[in-house]
Amino acid sequence: MSKFKKKKKGLPAISTASLPDIVFMLLFFFMVSTTMRETDLLIKKPVLPVASEVKKLELKSLVSTIYIGKSKDTRISGDKIQVNDKIVEVKDIPSFIFSERALRKEDEVKFMTTSIKADKLASVGTILDIKEQLRDINALKISFSTSKGNDLSSNYK
Amino acid sequence: MARREIGEINAGSMADIAFLLLIFFLVTTTMDVDSGIARKLPEKTDVQSDVIVKEKNVMDIVVNRNNQLLVENEYVKVTDVKRLAMKFIDNGGGLGTPIDDKPGEPCDYCGGDKDPNSSDHPSKAIISLQSDRGTSYGMYISIQNEIEGAYTELRNKLSKKLYGRSYDELLNDYKDNPSKSLQDRLDDLKNKYPQIITEPEPIK
Repeated sequence: MSKFKKKKKGLPAISTASLPDIVFMLLFFFMVSTTMRETDLLIKKPVLPVASEVKKLELKSLVSTIYIGKSKDTRISGDKIQVNDKIVEVKDIPSFIFSERALRKEDEVKFMTTSIKADKLASVGTILDIKEQLRDINALKISFSTSKGNDLSSNYK
Repeated sequence: MARREIGEINAGSMADIAFLLLIFFLVTTTMDVDSGIARKLPEKTDVQSDVIVKEKNVMDIVVNRNNQLLVENEYVKVTDVKRLAMKFIDNGGGLGTPIDDKPGEPCDYCGGDKDPNSSDHPSKAIISLQSDRGTSYGMYISIQNEIEGAYTELRNKLSKKLYGRSYDELLNDYKDNPSKSLQDRLDDLKNKYPQIITEPEPIK
Protein backbone atom coordinates (compact mmCIF):
# COMPACT_ATOMS: atom_id res chain seq x y z
CA MET A 1 0.00 0.00 0.00
CA SER A 2 2.69 2.40 0.94
CA LYS A 3 3.99 2.12 -2.57
CA PHE A 4 1.01 3.98 -3.91
CA LYS A 5 0.92 6.61 -1.21
CA LYS A 6 4.41 7.71 -2.03
CA LYS A 7 3.35 8.89 -5.45
CA LYS A 8 1.23 11.66 -4.04
CA LYS A 9 2.92 14.94 -4.81
CA GLY A 10 1.97 18.61 -4.95
CA LEU A 11 0.83 20.21 -8.15
CA PRO A 12 3.71 20.74 -10.58
CA ALA A 13 4.77 24.37 -10.90
CA ILE A 14 3.36 26.20 -13.87
CA SER A 15 6.02 26.52 -16.47
CA THR A 16 7.06 30.11 -16.97
CA ALA A 17 9.35 29.27 -19.83
CA SER A 18 7.07 30.96 -22.35
CA LEU A 19 6.80 34.13 -20.33
CA PRO A 20 9.79 35.76 -22.06
CA ASP A 21 8.19 34.99 -25.40
CA ILE A 22 5.00 36.73 -24.44
CA VAL A 23 6.85 39.71 -23.06
CA PHE A 24 9.03 39.91 -26.15
CA MET A 25 5.96 39.90 -28.31
CA LEU A 26 4.55 42.87 -26.41
CA LEU A 27 7.95 44.51 -26.51
CA PHE A 28 8.18 44.25 -30.26
CA PHE A 29 4.68 45.60 -30.66
CA PHE A 30 5.54 48.70 -28.69
CA MET A 31 8.91 49.08 -30.37
CA VAL A 32 7.28 49.08 -33.77
CA SER A 33 4.35 51.30 -32.93
CA THR A 34 6.31 53.80 -30.91
CA THR A 35 7.20 57.23 -32.12
CA MET A 36 9.73 58.96 -29.97
CA ARG A 37 8.89 62.50 -29.12
CA GLU A 38 11.37 64.58 -31.02
CA THR A 39 10.60 68.02 -29.76
CA ASP A 40 10.10 69.24 -26.27
CA LEU A 41 7.27 71.68 -26.11
CA LEU A 42 8.35 75.09 -24.89
CA ILE A 43 4.81 76.38 -25.00
CA LYS A 44 1.84 75.05 -23.12
CA LYS A 45 0.62 71.87 -24.73
CA PRO A 46 -1.99 72.96 -27.28
CA VAL A 47 -5.48 71.64 -26.64
CA LEU A 48 -6.50 70.62 -30.12
CA PRO A 49 -10.01 71.43 -31.31
CA VAL A 50 -12.39 68.61 -32.09
CA ALA A 51 -13.55 67.89 -35.64
CA SER A 52 -15.50 65.09 -37.25
CA GLU A 53 -14.38 65.38 -40.88
CA VAL A 54 -10.76 64.47 -40.29
CA LYS A 55 -8.29 62.86 -42.60
CA LYS A 56 -5.32 60.91 -41.43
CA LEU A 57 -2.00 62.43 -42.30
CA GLU A 58 -0.16 60.09 -44.60
CA LEU A 59 3.59 60.05 -45.13
CA LYS A 60 4.63 61.07 -41.68
CA SER A 61 8.20 61.67 -42.73
CA LEU A 62 7.07 64.50 -44.99
CA VAL A 63 5.19 66.39 -42.33
CA SER A 64 6.57 69.49 -40.67
CA THR A 65 4.76 70.62 -37.60
CA ILE A 66 4.11 74.10 -36.31
CA TYR A 67 2.85 74.44 -32.75
CA ILE A 68 0.79 77.39 -31.65
CA GLY A 69 -0.24 77.97 -28.08
CA LYS A 70 0.09 80.08 -25.00
CA SER A 71 3.39 80.66 -23.28
CA LYS A 72 4.14 78.54 -20.25
CA ASP A 73 4.62 81.73 -18.31
CA THR A 74 1.07 82.86 -17.58
CA ARG A 75 2.15 86.50 -17.37
CA ILE A 76 2.94 86.52 -21.08
CA SER A 77 -0.16 86.84 -23.18
CA GLY A 78 -0.65 86.25 -26.88
CA ASP A 79 0.07 83.25 -29.05
CA LYS A 80 3.50 81.74 -29.26
CA ILE A 81 4.70 79.76 -32.26
CA GLN A 82 7.10 76.91 -31.87
CA VAL A 83 8.96 75.04 -34.57
CA ASN A 84 11.54 72.40 -33.79
CA ASP A 85 13.01 73.40 -30.46
CA LYS A 86 12.54 77.10 -30.35
CA ILE A 87 9.91 79.77 -30.20
CA VAL A 88 9.85 81.86 -33.35
CA GLU A 89 8.05 84.79 -34.91
CA VAL A 90 5.69 84.54 -37.85
CA LYS A 91 8.33 85.89 -40.21
CA ASP A 92 10.66 82.98 -39.37
CA ILE A 93 8.23 80.40 -40.71
CA PRO A 94 9.56 80.47 -44.31
CA SER A 95 13.12 79.75 -43.19
CA PHE A 96 11.83 76.84 -41.13
CA ILE A 97 10.03 75.38 -44.14
CA PHE A 98 13.12 75.89 -46.29
CA SER A 99 15.27 74.05 -43.79
CA GLU A 100 12.71 71.23 -43.70
CA ARG A 101 12.76 71.07 -47.48
CA ALA A 102 16.52 70.86 -47.52
CA LEU A 103 16.31 67.63 -45.55
CA ARG A 104 14.08 65.93 -48.09
CA LYS A 105 14.68 64.70 -51.57
CA GLU A 106 13.80 67.11 -54.29
CA ASP A 107 10.96 65.11 -55.74
CA GLU A 108 9.40 64.69 -52.32
CA VAL A 109 9.14 68.39 -51.68
CA LYS A 110 5.83 68.76 -53.44
CA PHE A 111 4.24 66.17 -51.17
CA MET A 112 5.33 67.91 -48.03
CA THR A 113 2.57 68.89 -45.67
CA THR A 114 2.59 71.44 -42.93
CA SER A 115 0.63 70.36 -39.91
CA ILE A 116 -0.63 73.17 -37.72
CA LYS A 117 -1.16 72.13 -34.14
CA ALA A 118 -2.84 75.07 -32.56
CA ASP A 119 -4.61 75.53 -29.30
CA LYS A 120 -8.33 75.98 -29.68
CA LEU A 121 -8.11 79.30 -27.89
CA ALA A 122 -5.45 80.68 -30.22
CA SER A 123 -6.60 83.56 -32.36
CA VAL A 124 -7.33 83.11 -36.03
CA GLY A 125 -5.17 86.14 -36.83
CA THR A 126 -2.02 84.20 -35.98
CA ILE A 127 -3.13 81.24 -38.07
CA LEU A 128 -3.97 83.42 -41.05
CA ASP A 129 -0.59 85.16 -40.80
CA ILE A 130 1.13 81.80 -40.92
CA LYS A 131 -1.01 80.71 -43.84
CA GLU A 132 0.00 83.85 -45.70
CA GLN A 133 3.68 83.10 -45.05
CA LEU A 134 3.23 79.54 -46.29
CA ARG A 135 1.52 80.80 -49.41
CA ASP A 136 4.43 83.11 -50.10
CA ILE A 137 6.86 80.22 -50.32
CA ASN A 138 4.50 77.81 -52.06
CA ALA A 139 4.05 75.40 -49.18
CA LEU A 140 0.44 74.91 -50.07
CA LYS A 141 -0.50 71.65 -48.40
CA ILE A 142 -1.57 72.23 -44.87
CA SER A 143 -3.48 70.28 -42.30
CA PHE A 144 -5.17 71.72 -39.27
CA SER A 145 -4.47 69.14 -36.65
CA THR A 146 -7.53 68.15 -34.68
CA SER A 147 -8.68 65.35 -32.48
CA LYS A 148 -11.51 63.24 -33.78
CA GLY A 149 -14.89 63.53 -32.21
CA ASN A 150 -18.47 64.30 -32.99
CA ASP A 151 -19.25 66.77 -30.26
CA LEU A 152 -17.87 70.09 -31.40
CA SER A 153 -19.38 72.18 -28.65
CA SER A 154 -16.15 72.15 -26.64
CA ASN A 155 -14.48 74.15 -29.40
CA TYR A 156 -16.29 77.36 -28.58
CA LYS A 157 -17.78 78.61 -25.39
CA MET B 1 40.65 14.01 -20.06
CA ALA B 2 37.34 14.63 -18.60
CA ARG B 3 35.32 17.03 -20.67
CA ARG B 4 33.45 19.28 -18.42
CA GLU B 5 29.86 19.49 -19.33
CA ILE B 6 28.89 23.05 -20.08
CA GLY B 7 25.90 23.89 -18.02
CA GLU B 8 22.86 25.42 -19.60
CA ILE B 9 22.72 29.15 -19.37
CA ASN B 10 20.03 30.20 -17.03
CA ALA B 11 17.41 32.04 -19.00
CA GLY B 12 15.29 32.84 -16.02
CA SER B 13 16.24 36.51 -15.99
CA MET B 14 15.44 36.93 -19.66
CA ALA B 15 11.90 37.84 -18.77
CA ASP B 16 13.15 40.54 -16.42
CA ILE B 17 15.30 42.11 -19.09
CA ALA B 18 12.48 42.01 -21.56
CA PHE B 19 10.13 43.54 -19.01
CA LEU B 20 12.57 46.35 -18.44
CA LEU B 21 12.72 47.13 -22.15
CA LEU B 22 8.98 46.77 -22.43
CA ILE B 23 8.36 49.29 -19.68
CA PHE B 24 10.79 51.70 -21.27
CA PHE B 25 8.92 51.60 -24.56
CA LEU B 26 5.57 51.75 -22.82
CA VAL B 27 6.58 54.98 -21.15
CA THR B 28 8.13 56.65 -24.17
CA THR B 29 5.47 55.65 -26.64
CA THR B 30 2.95 58.12 -27.99
CA MET B 31 0.26 56.46 -29.96
CA ASP B 32 -1.35 59.59 -31.36
CA VAL B 33 -2.03 59.49 -35.04
CA ASP B 34 -1.80 62.90 -36.54
CA SER B 35 -5.10 63.66 -38.16
CA GLY B 36 -6.75 66.85 -39.15
CA ILE B 37 -8.64 68.87 -41.68
CA ALA B 38 -6.64 69.00 -44.88
CA ARG B 39 -6.63 72.21 -46.85
CA LYS B 40 -4.85 73.32 -49.96
CA LEU B 41 -3.84 76.96 -50.04
CA PRO B 42 -4.39 78.94 -53.22
CA GLU B 43 -1.26 79.64 -55.18
CA LYS B 44 0.02 83.15 -55.18
CA THR B 45 -0.04 84.84 -58.53
CA ASP B 46 1.33 88.20 -59.57
CA VAL B 47 -1.45 88.80 -62.00
CA GLN B 48 -4.59 89.80 -60.25
CA SER B 49 -7.39 89.07 -62.62
CA ASP B 50 -10.73 90.50 -61.77
CA VAL B 51 -13.31 87.82 -61.86
CA ILE B 52 -16.86 88.96 -61.68
CA VAL B 53 -18.91 86.72 -59.51
CA LYS B 54 -22.59 87.10 -59.06
CA GLU B 55 -23.69 87.92 -55.55
CA LYS B 56 -26.05 84.96 -55.45
CA ASN B 57 -23.19 82.54 -56.16
CA VAL B 58 -21.39 83.50 -52.98
CA MET B 59 -22.36 82.31 -49.54
CA ASP B 60 -21.04 84.82 -47.05
CA ILE B 61 -20.02 83.50 -43.67
CA VAL B 62 -18.78 86.14 -41.28
CA VAL B 63 -17.57 85.37 -37.80
CA ASN B 64 -16.66 88.05 -35.30
CA ARG B 65 -14.32 88.13 -32.32
CA ASN B 66 -17.05 87.00 -29.97
CA ASN B 67 -17.42 83.84 -32.04
CA GLN B 68 -20.80 84.91 -33.37
CA LEU B 69 -21.76 83.90 -36.86
CA LEU B 70 -23.52 85.63 -39.71
CA VAL B 71 -24.52 83.62 -42.75
CA GLU B 72 -25.99 85.74 -45.54
CA ASN B 73 -26.55 88.50 -42.99
CA GLU B 74 -28.54 86.33 -40.67
CA TYR B 75 -27.47 85.33 -37.22
CA VAL B 76 -27.08 81.53 -37.05
CA LYS B 77 -25.46 78.86 -34.92
CA VAL B 78 -22.44 76.83 -36.05
CA THR B 79 -24.52 73.69 -36.21
CA ASP B 80 -26.72 75.31 -38.88
CA VAL B 81 -23.82 76.01 -41.22
CA LYS B 82 -23.72 72.52 -42.69
CA ARG B 83 -27.41 72.51 -43.59
CA LEU B 84 -27.24 76.02 -45.07
CA ALA B 85 -24.08 75.23 -47.02
CA MET B 86 -25.60 72.05 -48.46
CA LYS B 87 -28.73 73.89 -49.47
CA PHE B 88 -26.64 76.60 -51.09
CA ILE B 89 -24.24 74.30 -52.98
CA ASP B 90 -26.86 71.85 -54.12
CA ASN B 91 -29.30 74.50 -55.30
CA GLY B 92 -28.51 74.32 -59.01
CA GLY B 93 -30.69 77.21 -60.07
CA GLY B 94 -28.88 78.03 -63.29
CA LEU B 95 -26.13 77.03 -65.69
CA GLY B 96 -22.69 75.69 -64.78
CA THR B 97 -19.30 77.05 -65.74
CA PRO B 98 -18.63 76.80 -69.48
CA ILE B 99 -15.84 74.28 -70.20
CA ASP B 100 -13.77 74.60 -73.39
CA ASP B 101 -16.11 77.02 -75.17
CA LYS B 102 -19.03 74.77 -74.52
CA PRO B 103 -21.91 76.59 -72.91
CA GLY B 104 -22.62 75.80 -69.30
CA GLU B 105 -25.18 73.15 -68.57
CA PRO B 106 -27.76 73.07 -65.84
CA CYS B 107 -26.96 70.82 -62.92
CA ASP B 108 -28.68 67.51 -63.62
CA TYR B 109 -27.52 65.80 -60.44
CA CYS B 110 -28.42 68.47 -57.92
CA GLY B 111 -31.23 67.78 -55.49
CA GLY B 112 -31.77 71.38 -54.47
CA ASP B 113 -34.72 73.75 -54.70
CA LYS B 114 -33.57 75.40 -57.95
CA ASP B 115 -34.08 78.77 -56.30
CA PRO B 116 -33.08 81.48 -58.80
CA ASN B 117 -31.81 83.64 -55.95
CA SER B 118 -29.29 81.07 -54.74
CA SER B 119 -26.29 79.46 -56.40
CA ASP B 120 -26.39 78.53 -60.11
CA HIS B 121 -24.33 75.38 -60.06
CA PRO B 122 -22.04 73.56 -57.60
CA SER B 123 -19.09 74.47 -59.81
CA LYS B 124 -19.95 78.14 -59.35
CA ALA B 125 -20.94 78.09 -55.71
CA ILE B 126 -18.34 79.90 -53.66
CA ILE B 127 -18.23 79.83 -49.90
CA SER B 128 -16.60 82.85 -48.42
CA LEU B 129 -15.40 82.62 -44.84
CA GLN B 130 -14.47 85.93 -43.36
CA SER B 131 -13.10 85.81 -39.87
CA ASP B 132 -11.91 88.35 -37.39
CA ARG B 133 -8.33 88.33 -36.13
CA GLY B 134 -9.69 87.73 -32.68
CA THR B 135 -11.88 84.78 -33.52
CA SER B 136 -10.85 81.70 -31.61
CA TYR B 137 -9.21 78.91 -33.53
CA GLY B 138 -11.70 76.39 -32.18
CA MET B 139 -14.56 78.29 -33.76
CA TYR B 140 -12.69 78.62 -37.04
CA ILE B 141 -12.05 74.88 -37.14
CA SER B 142 -15.69 74.16 -36.31
CA ILE B 143 -16.84 76.20 -39.30
CA GLN B 144 -14.26 74.60 -41.57
CA ASN B 145 -15.45 71.25 -40.30
CA GLU B 146 -19.08 72.05 -41.07
CA ILE B 147 -18.21 73.17 -44.60
CA GLU B 148 -16.13 70.05 -45.17
CA GLY B 149 -19.04 68.03 -43.81
CA ALA B 150 -21.44 69.64 -46.26
CA TYR B 151 -19.26 68.74 -49.24
CA THR B 152 -18.68 65.21 -48.00
CA GLU B 153 -22.36 64.61 -47.49
CA LEU B 154 -23.25 65.90 -50.95
CA ARG B 155 -20.57 63.72 -52.53
CA ASN B 156 -21.74 60.76 -50.50
CA LYS B 157 -25.30 61.26 -51.67
CA LEU B 158 -24.36 61.54 -55.31
CA SER B 159 -22.00 58.60 -55.10
CA LYS B 160 -24.71 56.44 -53.51
CA LYS B 161 -27.01 57.35 -56.37
CA LEU B 162 -24.49 56.68 -59.13
CA TYR B 163 -22.46 53.77 -57.81
CA GLY B 164 -24.41 52.44 -54.84
CA ARG B 165 -21.53 53.19 -52.49
CA SER B 166 -20.77 56.35 -50.60
CA TYR B 167 -17.83 58.59 -51.37
CA ASP B 168 -16.12 57.64 -48.11
CA GLU B 169 -16.45 53.95 -48.94
CA LEU B 170 -15.03 54.55 -52.40
CA LEU B 171 -12.10 56.38 -50.82
CA ASN B 172 -11.47 53.41 -48.56
CA ASP B 173 -11.71 51.04 -51.50
CA TYR B 174 -9.22 53.18 -53.36
CA LYS B 175 -6.82 53.01 -50.45
CA ASP B 176 -7.02 49.22 -50.40
CA ASN B 177 -6.67 48.80 -54.12
CA PRO B 178 -5.94 51.84 -56.24
CA SER B 179 -7.38 51.28 -59.68
CA LYS B 180 -7.90 53.57 -62.60
CA SER B 181 -11.66 53.23 -62.71
CA LEU B 182 -12.01 54.07 -59.02
CA GLN B 183 -9.80 57.09 -59.43
CA ASP B 184 -11.95 58.29 -62.32
CA ARG B 185 -15.05 57.93 -60.19
CA LEU B 186 -13.51 59.85 -57.31
CA ASP B 187 -12.27 62.60 -59.60
CA ASP B 188 -15.68 62.80 -61.19
CA LEU B 189 -17.36 63.19 -57.81
CA LYS B 190 -14.83 65.80 -56.78
CA ASN B 191 -15.42 67.73 -59.98
CA LYS B 192 -19.15 67.62 -59.57
CA TYR B 193 -18.91 69.13 -56.11
CA PRO B 194 -15.65 71.07 -56.11
CA GLN B 195 -14.63 72.76 -52.90
CA ILE B 196 -14.46 76.46 -53.60
CA ILE B 197 -13.74 78.23 -50.37
CA THR B 198 -12.34 81.69 -50.20
CA GLU B 199 -11.01 83.43 -47.15
CA PRO B 200 -10.83 87.18 -47.54
CA GLU B 201 -8.56 89.35 -45.41
CA PRO B 202 -9.60 89.14 -41.79
CA ILE B 203 -11.35 92.01 -40.08
CA LYS B 204 -8.85 93.93 -38.00
